[in-house]
Amino acid sequence: MLNYDLVVVGGGPAGMAAALKAKECGVNSIIILERAETLGGILEQCIHTGFGLHYFNEELSGPEYAYRFIDLVEQNEIEVKTDTMVLGISADNVVTATNNQEGIISIAAKAIVLAMGCRERPRGSLNIAGTRAAGIMTAGTAQKYVNIDGYLPGKKVVILGSGDIGLIMARRMTLEGAEVKMVLELMPYSGGLTRNIVQCLEDYNIPLKLSCTVIDIHGRERLEGVTIAKVDRNRRPIKGTEEYVACDTLLLSVGLIPENELSAAMGIEIDPVTGGPIVGENRETTHKGVFACGNVLHVHDLVDYVTIESQIAGEGAANYILALEEEAIYVTTKGIDGVRYVVPQRININSDKDVKLYFRVGQTYKNAKIFLENNEEIILSRRRPKLAPGEMEDITIKSEVLRELPVNSELIVRVEV
Amino acid sequence: MRFDVAIIGAGVVGSLIARELSQFNIDVVLLEKCNDMAMGTTKANSAIVHAGFDSVPGSLKAITNVEGVKLMPALCKDLAVPYKNIGSLVLAFNDSQMAHLTKLLIRGNKNGVPKLRIIGQDKLRELEPNVNINALGALWAPTASIVCPYELNIAAVENAVSNGVKFIRNFEVKSIKKQSDGAYMLSSGKDKLQAKYIINCAGVFSDTVAAMVGDDNVEYKIIPRKGEYFLFDKTANGLVNTVVFQCPTKMGKGVLIAPTVHGNVIVGPNAIDIEDKEDCSTTIQGGIEIMTKARRSISTLSPKEMITAFGGLRAHTEGDDFIIEKSKKNNNIIHVVGIESPGLSAAPAIANMVKMMLLSITGELEEKNGFDPVRPAPVRFKDLSDSERRELVKKNKAYGRVVCRCETITEGEILDAIHAPAGALDVDGIKRRTRAGMGRCQGGFCGSKVVGILSRELDIPLDEVTKFGKESKVLLKKTK
Repeated sequence: MLNYDLVVVGGGPAGMAAALKAKECGVNSIIILERAETLGGILEQCIHTGFGLHYFNEELSGPEYAYRFIDLVEQNEIEVKTDTMVLGISADNVVTATNNQEGIISIAAKAIVLAMGCRERPRGSLNIAGTRAAGIMTAGTAQKYVNIDGYLPGKKVVILGSGDIGLIMARRMTLEGAEVKMVLELMPYSGGLTRNIVQCLEDYNIPLKLSCTVIDIHGRERLEGVTIAKVDRNRRPIKGTEEYVACDTLLLSVGLIPENELSAAMGIEIDPVTGGPIVGENRETTHKGVFACGNVLHVHDLVDYVTIESQIAGEGAANYILALEEEAIYVTTKGIDGVRYVVPQRININSDKDVKLYFRVGQTYKNAKIFLENNEEIILSRRRPKLAPGEMEDITIKSEVLRELPVNSELIVRVEV
Repeated sequence: MRFDVAIIGAGVVGSLIARELSQFNIDVVLLEKCNDMAMGTTKANSAIVHAGFDSVPGSLKAITNVEGVKLMPALCKDLAVPYKNIGSLVLAFNDSQMAHLTKLLIRGNKNGVPKLRIIGQDKLRELEPNVNINALGALWAPTASIVCPYELNIAAVENAVSNGVKFIRNFEVKSIKKQSDGAYMLSSGKDKLQAKYIINCAGVFSDTVAAMVGDDNVEYKIIPRKGEYFLFDKTANGLVNTVVFQCPTKMGKGVLIAPTVHGNVIVGPNAIDIEDKEDCSTTIQGGIEIMTKARRSISTLSPKEMITAFGGLRAHTEGDDFIIEKSKKNNNIIHVVGIESPGLSAAPAIANMVKMMLLSITGELEEKNGFDPVRPAPVRFKDLSDSERRELVKKNKAYGRVVCRCETITEGEILDAIHAPAGALDVDGIKRRTRAGMGRCQGGFCGSKVVGILSRELDIPLDEVTKFGKESKVLLKKTK
């Protein structure tokens, strides 16, 4: 049995930022466990730019952004085991992992940071009718084939879902010589960032068809085409709008799901909306000493925000290890009237820090107002010219306001036009 | 190439027959038109060992089903195939359905199904706490079981090959000609081979194969009957404990909900007669029909936990019974036609029956020295204790590297699948043998790793790796 103060599960941007922050706060015995061959997580295959604009005030590629942290992990002599898969975590924080050098490893930890990231929704969960031909894959899988393996999955492409990876891959496949025929989006708005719609679709004349979906898949061996259709307000295909589109590749970018199998197995409470753990302002889960950050907590649109959130988790874990935590008296948070979720889901009013609440809306809004309320009293409100489900929003509550909140009361975030 | 026996079709029936025949000192070839075994009806069905009360007493279906139930546990043990005896229920929601249960009970008793009984609401709730409150009672068949059909199929071929059977893939029999010496010449158009005896186990194509030797009997005509299914995530595990049927209709046993041996939940099938013998596509209407009907049994079934859908074809005949007989025109040919449900349950008995039928043609055959009915159990890293895992990784480091994170499948297991007798040659072959890609991400993460391992181990470029053979290539070409 190995012993560490802090075990970080996942060496992507979240895990690295959390480990570095914990180190900075005075924790010396730290290990990062990463299932891939290298640190960096999904950034390694994101060779496009657009990373770091908020955090570094620079435009970096994914690997460049990752490398800044990999470099710091090395400089700070934080231990890392790559190619190492965590199999389980016991209730008393013993992490069991495996790799092909040491076999099964058991590590007792004082605190744990969960930073496993997320996965893409596959075809099966959408239940698209049709054949089981080759040539249907998630956008992220295609991204790995193109950017890491150096192989093109196909030459005539339809993309279902306008999530950011789908938009990025529309451009990437085009640059590699494939014909991207269209991007289809079930909803009447895109789930991706505006800048990606402009830079990845509009700049390449790739049509974005809103309120459209794939209703049938054709081809026995390799994909030959898809039938697309417009959908009504209830997202049901409209009869008579069916259209056949010949293609050899269908990429899916229809949502990301936080990977919380480990968290759920250890009894951590999961928020049904985010799919991630319920956490406090320090990103501590409902399991003492276990923290979560990054896309395992909720899906972010920008890695910059992942870094900031993970630093909070790293500091939280350090405070726990160094026994600096304040006694916890919680208020809970909740999104209503168009606000789908709020992270963190609870706040220790003794934490003595301003707390940023992150949230997402369920539809697009123009000239909307965000309200933060407690016991039907408005604490603060902010005007936003534009709100979209694809863009994460935040609102900050001051520590002096927090301290005055009644114990066990509810902080409500809502949107009003 | 000259063989004593050619078996056409490496589905579960053909493969179990091949295994039965591998105990004799004869040359047997198992021919498969796809890139792997278990590519037809065997890979897409309910994965149930039926108790045997559905079929008409005295029918071949009834006889082989009840016999198959008896043979299945020992067979699965020999072949190291997951099998669980969990029992089945047929639910009744009104008085006329309750009366129908009595008919099924009488039928089952005539067929020799043991321990059948009709239970009331209390016992039903005890067995299935989540069952719809409107269910009045059920027929309880404790002998029904679940099994993994394609693993049974794969294991049978592996064992047959280990015992000397030759397995040839991508050999679609296009013509069969009788030669002057009495043997048959089977041709795929590209390749040819000869065999003295032929066993036709071609599933939905068994009528086509029979017609090649002049047996174009109308009763052989296969009407492909499509059934669609949904598979649910392991998070749905516990929704049902037994195989939950509804009262059967003339199209079949109706929509069932059952656990799988791997801890998922399977829901389906519907039943639609179609023309196309290769149309396994799923449909929007089919999906709605299945979910609507399934909710009658378990109203809390949620589409959120669905991880995939698939379709399969039943080899239905007008006569609604299995046809297992010697060709009327050719002494040395046996046809196995119309093996639809309960074909999987009956398969071990059918294999025995066909063996006896062949022996009646050939006369006594010499037994093979060293025949071993046991297929070594594949490593299942996930099911091992930590100390067993530790030992395993010490012996072979590849077992320490997890490739499929959802199902915890290691590189060692994938290498075993490729290098096994009749090993995997494509991505779906790896999936069926190891479960890599079967989980909730459906190969999103491990798919590209599996493609890489196949390319390395089979020594082919990445862009020649296929999903399931022929033109089902995963990648087009190298990037610029």
